Amino acid sequence: MSFYQGLQAETVPFRGHKGDQGEAYYARPLRAGKFPGVVVIHHIPGWCEWTTEVVRKFALHGYAAISPHLYFREGSPGEAPDDLGARMRAAGGVADDQVMGDVAGAMAYLRAQPNSNGKVGVIGFCSGGRHTYLAACTVSGIDAAVDCWGGNVVVDDPKALTAKRPVAPIDLTEKMTCQLLGIFGNDDANPTADQVNRTEAVLKKLGKNYEFHRYDGAGHAFFNNMRDAYRPEQAMDGWRKVFDFFNRHLATSAASIAAE
Amino acid sequence: MCSYIVEKTALVGSAKGRKGWMRIDTANVYYDHPYYSTLDHVLAIDFTNEGEGGRDRVAVELSAESARALVERIEAALASGEAAHGVPVAALSIAAE
Repeated sequence: MSFYQGLQAETVPFRGHKGDQGEAYYARPLRAGKFPGVVVIHHIPGWCEWTTEVVRKFALHGYAAISPHLYFREGSPGEAPDDLGARMRAAGGVADDQVMGDVAGAMAYLRAQPNSNGKVGVIGFCSGGRHTYLAACTVSGIDAAVDCWGGNVVVDDPKALTAKRPVAPIDLTEKMTCQLLGIFGNDDANPTADQVNRTEAVLKKLGKNYEFHRYDGAGHAFFNNMRDAYRPEQAMDGWRKVFDFFNRHLATSAASIAAE
Repeated sequence: MCSYIVEKTALVGSAKGRKGWMRIDTANVYYDHPYYSTLDHVLAIDFTNEGEGGRDRVAVELSAESARALVERIEAALASGEAAHGVPVAALSIAAE
């Protein structure tokens, strides 16, 4: 058996918020077996190429992963995701409840596949990190969540709360039921190191199961190897933390997922 | 930034995109994470025709420094051009809106 196992990646239809049918990028190991699922939530600019690389990375590591296109309602299948992102931005952005519905739909897609081991995690980057924190507090059935530098979890300016984003995620922390991993760069401006500390203080006070990892010499989006922000050393360590976390909380046997 | 903050301005003009030339009536301007650029943040402008649904756009992503330089050069080009050619009637009507 080869060290690097085959995988299949494709765009698939899925049912999101209120049953709306949209597109998602889905990748899974080709070998037979039961795999944990991971929902990958993309960042504000849209359903980008790097997001698809993250989905394939999870499949390479033994997960069935899916990234719903959160802006699919703005256009038609086949339209450039960046154009849909631009339309969504001009319209004031995507509503939190709609994103939560799409995340729940993507989770249901994973659990409906014959390769599912029944466990599902969620990971998101940038605004997707915020969405992940929100999902961890409001969407049932999440076994583990990874917030990568989600901004605006703590909202210091009340004007940032809108009809589409009416509640600061930090204020919903009491409702969090799943395990949470947080990955942050200490040079990030959103969230700032102080905001990360305040988030951790709330999690600690409420007795939630969480672990935070902070990296010096890194700012926002330091996993993204298509950006100047990429910090290879910190990113490699961060990915190890992510896989260790999901392996602990999403595997259904004592064996390591990667070693299956 | 991670925000949906957009500065919107009405335009009279045209732009060349994937389908060739088109009329544009709006510019959506924002400073945030890019889609394509390797920079952490960019000054992005989407030129669209919202009167026709806003589906097509001509987009640019600029560094903050170069965006400011561009603003200066636009002002300089307008000043020298209008000194040479006069201020067009259409431009006056837009400025008054």
